[in-house]
Amino acid sequence: MATETMTSALFYIAGVVALLATLMVIRARSAAHGALYLVVSLLAVAVVFFTLGAPFIGALEIIVYAGAIMVLFVFVIMMLNVPPSRRIRAGFWLSPRAWFGPTLLALVLAAELAYILVAGLPGGAGVGVLGAPDAATGPKGVALSLFGPYMLAVELASFLLLAGLVGAYHLGYRVARGEEECA
Amino acid sequence: MSAVPIMHGLLLASALFLLGLLGVLVRRNVIFMLMSVEIMLNAAGLAFVLAGARWGQPDGQVMFIFILVMAAAEVSVGLALVLRLYHQFKSLDSESARSLRG
Repeated sequence: MATETMTSALFYIAGVVALLATLMVIRARSAAHGALYLVVSLLAVAVVFFTLGAPFIGALEIIVYAGAIMVLFVFVIMMLNVPPSRRIRAGFWLSPRAWFGPTLLALVLAAELAYILVAGLPGGAGVGVLGAPDAATGPKGVALSLFGPYMLAVELASFLLLAGLVGAYHLGYRVARGEEECA
Repeated sequence: MSAVPIMHGLLLASALFLLGLLGVLVRRNVIFMLMSVEIMLNAAGLAFVLAGARWGQPDGQVMFIFILVMAAAEVSVGLALVLRLYHQFKSLDSESARSLRG
């Protein structure tokens, strides 16, 4: 049917956007450009997840990857502000050279989302290009699996997060104290 | 019934992974290397979600959540190390840390 064709077209368009944005990340000259394109790449992969019938994972991708992790990157880029010859001022973010490419790619993704909202998709809630979205692959199925057979792995993941927290605090603490042991 | 062959999804995931690998290999700025590692982790997660969607099992999405947690922990420690490298050598070039001397 036509709608299914459109669904797979959404997948391919989002995939092309992801590839283009990733290519621009690895050939970006300044880290701020790279961060902008990386956000677009992660958003495109999130749209791919939506078309694969995994809306929960798509939302997590936007919230955690494009939100939390990229905020950390931007924070460090603004803090280091290197190289000094190409300092990032407030005006940098407003110049068209900085935002035109990422905005163009993000608008493509926004058009895809608008199409999904307006036209709707077969199957109602889920999209399900590859497999029909049923109870097993929905958010409820994932949660039941996460806190059922994978309970031990969830606990281990919390250990890992705690270790990351302690490690980042320990490494950052010495920087804040001013290199007392090897300045 | 599947509109997109799984091979195309896997091709997308491997292309993203290869781009990330290329970024780690060719860039010398450690921030870009960390970003490329994020791209590679993301591509691996995409392959997991694809497989989960193909067989209609939630395990692929569960694995993606674990990859997400691992990436968050990795990037926090990695960026703390980047700050440390910059304070030590006044440079973000990965070559500046090759001597292992303080």
